[in-house]
Amino acid sequence: MAEMTYLEAISDGLRTEMRRDESVFCLGEDIGAFGGAFKVTDGFAEEFGAERVLDTPLAENAIVGAATGAAIEGMRPVCEMQFADFIACGFDQLVNVAAKLHYRQGQSVPLVVRLPSGGGFSGGPFHSQNPEAWFLQAPGLKVVAPATAADAKGLLASAIRDPNPVCFLEHKGLYRHVRGEVPDGEYTVPIGEARVAREGGELTVIAYGSSVPLALAAAEALGEDIEVLDLRTLCPLDTEAILASARKTGKVLIAHEATRACGVGAEVAALIAAEAFEDLDAPIRRLTAPDVPIPFSPPLEAAVLPQLDDMKEACHELLAC
Amino acid sequence: MTLSDASAVMGAAVQLDPALLTREDRAELLRYMTMMRAAEERALSLYKQGKVPGSFYDGRGQEAISVGAAFALSPRDRLCILHRDLGAHFVRGVTPDRYLANYMGRAGGVTGGKDGNLHFGDRSLGCVGMVSMLPDMALVANGMALAMKMRGEDRVALTFFGEGSTANGQWHEAMNFAGVQRLPVVFVLENNRFAYSTPNELEFAADPVERAEGYGLPGVEVDGNDVEAVFAAVHAAVERARGGGGPTLVECQTMRMHGHGAHDDMGYVPPRMLAEWEARDPIGSYAARLVEDLGFAAEEVERIEEEVRAYVAECAERALASPMPEPASALEGVFADRWEPLGDGLAPWSGWAESTDERRAA
Repeated sequence: MAEMTYLEAISDGLRTEMRRDESVFCLGEDIGAFGGAFKVTDGFAEEFGAERVLDTPLAENAIVGAATGAAIEGMRPVCEMQFADFIACGFDQLVNVAAKLHYRQGQSVPLVVRLPSGGGFSGGPFHSQNPEAWFLQAPGLKVVAPATAADAKGLLASAIRDPNPVCFLEHKGLYRHVRGEVPDGEYTVPIGEARVAREGGELTVIAYGSSVPLALAAAEALGEDIEVLDLRTLCPLDTEAILASARKTGKVLIAHEATRACGVGAEVAALIAAEAFEDLDAPIRRLTAPDVPIPFSPPLEAAVLPQLDDMKEACHELLAC
Repeated sequence: MTLSDASAVMGAAVQLDPALLTREDRAELLRYMTMMRAAEERALSLYKQGKVPGSFYDGRGQEAISVGAAFALSPRDRLCILHRDLGAHFVRGVTPDRYLANYMGRAGGVTGGKDGNLHFGDRSLGCVGMVSMLPDMALVANGMALAMKMRGEDRVALTFFGEGSTANGQWHEAMNFAGVQRLPVVFVLENNRFAYSTPNELEFAADPVERAEGYGLPGVEVDGNDVEAVFAAVHAAVERARGGGGPTLVECQTMRMHGHGAHDDMGYVPPRMLAEWEARDPIGSYAARLVEDLGFAAEEVERIEEEVRAYVAECAERALASPMPEPASALEGVFADRWEPLGDGLAPWSGWAESTDERRAA
């Protein structure tokens, strides 16, 4: 075990997998000599060579397309989107080619797309988005969104070893603000399993990514008997864990930084309403960004992204029901 | 370039070393082109009989391109084949019954009903199926070539696309990436004069083959209705890629002799243009050349056509006997349990085995 940041854990997971399996390679913009916009691949080119830490032209479809072809041919490519927002420029290759190949012709496409996502630092409308719901409407993609350093390492390793295309959402706000104990060496966390981050009996906050530490902080600040369920994987959803926690507490708040309409919260709420309605003591609530682009100026951005006070208030209101 | 003048679109002929093709190779080229024509004619009749759900697309007039190009490949090379390129599937080993069954949405089709028409690639034969968004597969071919290059393998990836694809941004991404990485990839461009109804002069201001140099790769123009010329150009490009020389763009000049799909009456095509290209039909002209210049008896050529048509008729019966897929299978196969490698395709060209041995000896 070693304590490290969320960002260091991603690097550690990637480096460990590249040492373990020489078919694993990275491709993306400015990831080689420069080490990546956020330095996730800092020092990788020296260790693994420029070919396995491939600097590409500024062309996201070329990146995802090359990864798709290389994956079909037996490599394990890990694409870095410099910002998650830029997957919009590579969306066609991801959702039309990679996602559907197994369904259409039985062709496994084992690739990972790393997606530095999320706001909170005045990145503005094109460097702050949380695009996870886009992928959930494209059957064939798995989607993971770790909230802790250990999960960041373990889920990245699982994503690399998975025979399907996996979207790996790494929240930029967690990069250097979240630290934790991370197992040394090879370490995997299974895709599709949620985690009870805090046990409680009165209310469940279902969260992922940046909303997990927010929910934990709110629970501590309120001193209430709140359970926090960290989804960790958004596709496939851990429906058992969701329903078990909802049935246990009878009150559910679903929290995410992504915008509201047709988001993960809507899907989880529909699941609970359909399967655990009679166990509920209050309406299911959601705490999300409103359906607006992420604005640039700090007071505007703070008005859009869920804050600690918003989380406390949402928990408090639901507990009072 | 005058759009309707068939002779004006030909560039310098690619020189074919006559020793590359044996007599049997030439019979095979005719056989595969005829098989594509016969299978597509049969599929069109099935469509008209209401046995093909959705729409129907063929590559009439373009048979020399997919057959000539695929003929130059080794078993371990990989292909992304598009919707006017049925001949390439046949060269690699797909049989017409599976093609016809795929069109009819039958369980015996290559995709088992998951996808239609030529949206398939038989993975056991080293092929990756196309998607409707063009030219997406050029980027996938790049990726396969990248893997081959990284592993230091003596293999190439090949893909087809129409001139319409060259207007899309992904075509630029594909050419640029292939050029930068000097990938062992061959791009076969079929300029069939129209993107659906849009003629060349509304598609681009500079011909795609002229743009190749801007990406740092050679562009070669070839008569796409001459199967040996296509074979020669693609063979040279494949050898170049195998030797570490990087990608090549081969622009094959041809004409789409049917509408974009069976629903398209081609009212936008001048009749004179169709007549000019009909006179240059790739199958008829090759059959004539085999008899006139290459020592084939007329009966021999006729027998090839008869045998192929009889074989396609048998295949059609098998396809019609194939059941519709089980509805429950619609929910299966979204995710993979494991990765498995693509298989190798057939490589009927006589020169392949010999050149492999020579290469391995070297």
